[in-house]
Amino acid sequence: MTQPNRDDHGAKKGVRRTVVRTVAALAGMFAFAFALVPLYDVFCEVTGINGKTNSSAQAVIHEEVDESRMITVQFITRGSSGLPWELDVESRQVRVHPGQTNEVNFTFHNRSDNSSWGRAVPSVSPSNASLHLRKVTCFCFEEQHLQPGERIEAPLVFQLTRDLPPEIKTVTLVYTLYPVAHKNEPLQAQVTIGKGDEA
Amino acid sequence: MAFHFPKPTPEQSTTTADAGLADSHHHERPRGLMRWVLTTSHKEIGSLYLIFSLTMFFIGGIFALVVRAELFQPGLQLVEPEFFNQMTTMHGLIMVFGAVMPAFVGLANWMVPLQIGAPDMALPRLNNFSFWLLPVAFTLLLSTLFMPGGAPNFGWTFYAPLSTTYAPPSTTFFILSLHLAGISSILGAINIIATILNLRAPGMRMMDMPLFVWTWLITAFLLIAVMPVLAGVITMMLMDINFGTSFFSAAGGGDPVLFQHLFWFFGHPEVYILILPAFGIVSAIIPTFARKRLFGYASMVYATASIAILSFLVWAHHMFVVGLPLVAELFFMYATMLIAVPTGVKVFNWITTLFRGSITFEPPMLFALAFVVLFTIGGFSGLMLAIAPADFQYHDTYFVVAHFHYVLVPGAVFAIMAAVYYWLPKWTGHYPHERLSQVHFWLSVIGVNLTFFPMHFSGLAGMPRRIPDYALQFADFNMVSSLGALLYGASQLVFVLVIVMCVRGGKKAPAKAWEGAEDLEWSVPSPAPLHTFETPPNFERPVH
Ligand code: HEM
Ligand SMILES: [Cu+2]
Repeated sequence: MTQPNRDDHGAKKGVRRTVVRTVAALAGMFAFAFALVPLYDVFCEVTGINGKTNSSAQAVIHEEVDESRMITVQFITRGSSGLPWELDVESRQVRVHPGQTNEVNFTFHNRSDNSSWGRAVPSVSPSNASLHLRKVTCFCFEEQHLQPGERIEAPLVFQLTRDLPPEIKTVTLVYTLYPVAHKNEPLQAQVTIGKGDEA
Repeated sequence: MAFHFPKPTPEQSTTTADAGLADSHHHERPRGLMRWVLTTSHKEIGSLYLIFSLTMFFIGGIFALVVRAELFQPGLQLVEPEFFNQMTTMHGLIMVFGAVMPAFVGLANWMVPLQIGAPDMALPRLNNFSFWLLPVAFTLLLSTLFMPGGAPNFGWTFYAPLSTTYAPPSTTFFILSLHLAGISSILGAINIIATILNLRAPGMRMMDMPLFVWTWLITAFLLIAVMPVLAGVITMMLMDINFGTSFFSAAGGGDPVLFQHLFWFFGHPEVYILILPAFGIVSAIIPTFARKRLFGYASMVYATASIAILSFLVWAHHMFVVGLPLVAELFFMYATMLIAVPTGVKVFNWITTLFRGSITFEPPMLFALAFVVLFTIGGFSGLMLAIAPADFQYHDTYFVVAHFHYVLVPGAVFAIMAAVYYWLPKWTGHYPHERLSQVHFWLSVIGVNLTFFPMHFSGLAGMPRRIPDYALQFADFNMVSSLGALLYGASQLVFVLVIVMCVRGGKKAPAKAWEGAEDLEWSVPSPAPLHTFETPPNFERPVH
């Protein structure tokens, strides 16, 4: 070392470069956090983790009905504190063969004196069944509008495909009612981030 | 952004601290309070950070004592359950973001420039700003206690929807204060990285840096990587609460489990942010008092880096019971266990350094040795929790509380105290009072173990965490914990006494205050003058 002096000019440039790079990394990580939101949804939908079902109607796969297996499909319906509705299903439990197309009727009932918008959000358990559950028609694909005291019937048409893992004997579908707030107050800005129309 | 570099010319050698404020070479430093408000000296800012941290340590400690007082006996006696929840939440937030993190930043401010032979931090005015964000942030956070609806009550992990749909109105202020504290950490991290990468003494290579500098460099990169994710999560919460979005609300197509993924993607690296600088401190103290070179310097650096990288791959070990698919349970279980390998490397290196050393037991060494033993206990309970099927039993019980308090209190906090005892002679020019320091040490060790060891048992027996009441069979364990906490808390007053006495006087310390200490900071006088290394030192590479 001939000259112990710190090369000030070089250090200054170095600091500026470090700052620029760290700030870029910071911005990148902040964006990454938000990017994780859609990525997470895509990941869950592709892998069927988390019981997320497809958010739009699917065609029936025409395959031979597997008469050798019987699967119990249970339905659970839940209300929500923010929405004075009731959701009922004609039968709590059906026994079906894989491959077969089935129809079950649900009833929405608005118990209040106001009209309101709501939606039933589904969840499937066990979650690895969700990839094998095909919904041909479902009220859960869209939001519902109910007049005071109105009662509507809506069908669910579904199929469990034959490749349903053999260890699954029971599939539970939970529908939870949620209010759709912005539809009630049309003046409020309509902000829906993420996937507002989750199946 | 302003860059300030003191020129290593003699005429200018008095301007480091405030050259950022004025161009003239000769001018008065602001006096009194303004001196502290406007300071750009890394030493004064370091002291400010440390004093702030100590204040927060006591405030957070009082909250913990409220919790322990309520849990002294089964049943509800002292506080309302709602207030109990606010206390656990505020205790966690203040200790993590207000006490431990600022203490490490304060130590970095003081010691990193001294250890690498730099005259100051690379960005002194930014440094001042990042400190002063903290009092603002935490005044705001503490003020939520007086707001209608009370302070945040959803735990330091603030899981949605508890922290969104069901949160008190003060949550918006909580988010703001966390944003401020986060910006402060981020700016601190930028400054530390810029200093370490660019201002090392000529001739000092990366692999010559003391381990405290290395561990802080890696910690700063962790901060840069995860603080923005925390900022993102709380921004999403803010939007869910105030702007009608549904990031974490199933009603609008969002998902509360997403919150946990995002939080722990930040949260697990965060726990390493809280411990890596502690590893650096212990790696400085043990060789000094064993009078031996640190065993396995390079492996220490690589172990630290591997811990940092692995820490991004294990976050879901906090979420084993959330309903992960089997492959994810297995992946996160094995990845978590893998972290124990580099951690073990460190512990073995410390022990090997001690082996056949000529060891003396000055106060910093006492705390460092206690760190090695007690932190390792916390590591072992971590390994138990990492076993996914077992965690189904342990999760959200006092066993988890025992685990993270062992790694954080006799881990991070003991390391900070070891560092204070180690460097006090450099800061004040006096040795801390030996007898009192020993009293502080032994009371702390006994207090910590009385407080947290019984929590292992109550946790294994099934006592849930964050509940103000408990079943009768846990009464004895809890009584011991509460008494231990009182002892530990009270003994910290001795710590304050030692520091105050040391600032005011005591046995004079020479430049090289500890016989076995080798790093650059021991080449400047004690107390370190306001300006050091205006002319870069000649760094001589020790023979490894
Ligand atoms: C050998 C290393 C470690 C392992 C294997 C480990 C493992 C774990 C696991 C599996 C949990 C989740 C337990 C549960 O909630 O059911 C946990 C929680 C925790 N760990 Fe560790 N850990 C280790 C080291 C550390 C260190 C070094 C720190 C901090 C300095 C730390 C801080 C925490 C905290 C704060 C929590 C609880 C978070 C909460 O739920 O409030 N751990 N640890
Ligand atoms: Cu973790």
